[in-house]
Amino acid sequence: MSARSNLERVLLEGRFAVTAEIGPPKSASAESVRKHAREMRGSADAFNLTDNQTAMSRMSSIACAAVLIQEGLEPVVQMTCRDRNRIAMQSDILGASALGVRNVLCISGDHQTFGNMKEAKNVYDVDSVQELMILRKMRDEGKLWSGDGLEVAPELFLGAAANPFADPFEYRVTRLAKKVRAGADFVQTQSIYDMDRFERWMALVRAKGLHERVHIIAGVMPLRSPKVALYMKNKVAGMIVPDAIIERLRSAKDPKEEGIQLCVEQIQHLRGIEGVRGVHIMAMAWEEKVPEIVRRAGLRR
Amino acid sequence: MIIGEQKRLDEIAGMLEGQRRILVAGCRSCVAICLAGGEKEVAVLAESLRLLSSLRGKGWEVEEATVERQCEKEWVAELRPRIEGKDCVLSLACGVGAQTVQAMYPKVRALPGLNTSNMGAPEEAGIFVEKCGGCGDCVLHLTGGICPIARCAKSLLNGPCGGSQGGKCEVSPDTPCAWEEICRSLESLGRLDLLEEPIPPKNWLSARDGGPRRIVNKEAVLSEEQKRLKGGKA
Amino acid sequence: MMRIIGYCCERGPGEALDLAGEKGMRYSSDLTLIQVPCAGRVDEVHLLRAFRDGADAVLVIGCLEGNCHHVYGNLEARKRVDRAKRILDEVGLGSSRLEMFHVASNQPFRIVEMAKEMASRVESLGPNPMAVKE
Repeated sequence: MSARSNLERVLLEGRFAVTAEIGPPKSASAESVRKHAREMRGSADAFNLTDNQTAMSRMSSIACAAVLIQEGLEPVVQMTCRDRNRIAMQSDILGASALGVRNVLCISGDHQTFGNMKEAKNVYDVDSVQELMILRKMRDEGKLWSGDGLEVAPELFLGAAANPFADPFEYRVTRLAKKVRAGADFVQTQSIYDMDRFERWMALVRAKGLHERVHIIAGVMPLRSPKVALYMKNKVAGMIVPDAIIERLRSAKDPKEEGIQLCVEQIQHLRGIEGVRGVHIMAMAWEEKVPEIVRRAGLRR
Repeated sequence: MIIGEQKRLDEIAGMLEGQRRILVAGCRSCVAICLAGGEKEVAVLAESLRLLSSLRGKGWEVEEATVERQCEKEWVAELRPRIEGKDCVLSLACGVGAQTVQAMYPKVRALPGLNTSNMGAPEEAGIFVEKCGGCGDCVLHLTGGICPIARCAKSLLNGPCGGSQGGKCEVSPDTPCAWEEICRSLESLGRLDLLEEPIPPKNWLSARDGGPRRIVNKEAVLSEEQKRLKGGKA
Repeated sequence: MMRIIGYCCERGPGEALDLAGEKGMRYSSDLTLIQVPCAGRVDEVHLLRAFRDGADAVLVIGCLEGNCHHVYGNLEARKRVDRAKRILDEVGLGSSRLEMFHVASNQPFRIVEMAKEMASRVESLGPNPMAVKE
């Protein structure tokens, strides 16, 4: 099978993939996206654009993706189920595809009560598993969910999120299997701080042979201060940050440097875990550090 | 049952501004159980309104009445003598009851004393929890008897999402994660196999999304002849 | 001349009242006591009605917690008093005009204390605005 995107090609060739994240701006100007593109060019195989993260309106993922393509980078469009129904989803995918987007990450999305427009109606017409089914049908059968044929089918490399740190732990692998069955080609995990738990999850994943059916890309997020670490621990749903890490940052002379060093160590450790095919670096509001992290972790770029 | 909560007294007082003869009308069904609009609640609200009226010189004359179910015309019809001469009816029934009163007495303003909320059940005294999504296409047999539409904040059919932690939903520490409950239930029923196959996108036509619903039980509908024989009462 | 109404359970508090009488203890003539079989018999409607009729303050006197002859009548009374207090705040009369006290049969001094307490509250809050109109 020929690769549908650069990211897929890297994975199929057995190279350790690197993806990074760019946060869309609260602006009608894409200047910050171009700036990040210039800063991060060459440091990753593809770049995720978040979709109204924490339910706050930002420039759309697809619009930012189009800008990235203009800048010569490969995007991963994130599409949540919170804000659009199946009609809009399929329409957006056709448009994104026409603009050159190939990688799509299907996720449920933070509930809108997380954001600053809590009064909005939520959509959730379909969930992330169903979103995968819909997109796969468009790609493999050239059909919309209604059964209507598409003149040209989109070329898509489909992704999903996996969270080894959410509960209930025992069923996380069953859910991953479900996503694979529904059409996930790759998964990106939630940021890893509790390495033990991640390793336990990977063991269960391998036991089911899932690591050979889906490309698992492990998520990391560099922490710039103990305050940020505490915020992640207490305020972000589905995240586990061990106290040892918070302590390490607290007692460091230069917490920022410590945070980068910690991230680099995590990446090096993750490379050695069987079944982990790449790393996803989420340096939100710290995008400029990605090239340094990639270099220090010895990731071939 | 239908669960609702009484509106705040100041909001109700605002609605009654300029009114004089008021009938507070309760219902003995769901709203009595959730302690929002039964006979007792009607009595307390009526007395509060009389007290407020005396204090602020509003001139309200407040009467009380409670029917068995305010959503059924036969019972609401019994209110006729009580509604005659009134300026308004403050309904403490659910939205259905309030609308029934308005429809049957188009010249007397029906005001909603309740904020009707959801279909649920009492968990313990004083605590009422949403249970049913009213989607018109029940899948409880696939989810171990737990409604994913109502009880999952994202109405996922292939949950849980990544925000589930410690058995709680990311929306609130008071909200159990429905999918954690579903997993546990299926486990105790020995039906974890139901978690394996992806459930395809839901048909929302039977839910409110498809438009206001009208369910017709053909065999129960009376023919014109039958209506005539029953003396015009359907 | 204040008007303070007290709904008084005839058991524990009732016995305390009798004892107070025997000992020659006096409470203010502003206080009118109404004996009820149990504090739990008192309803929010009774409490609110008392204010509508011009009472400056109202008290409910029940048995000590755990001592209710009807097991939890005094607990029910507590809840109703709380609800009525909330309504008194909402209508602008002030919740401190209403209070629930728990008295044991051997505490006759409590009756005198409560009467004084409520009278002092009325002094700081002022009379019931409706009573003034009369």
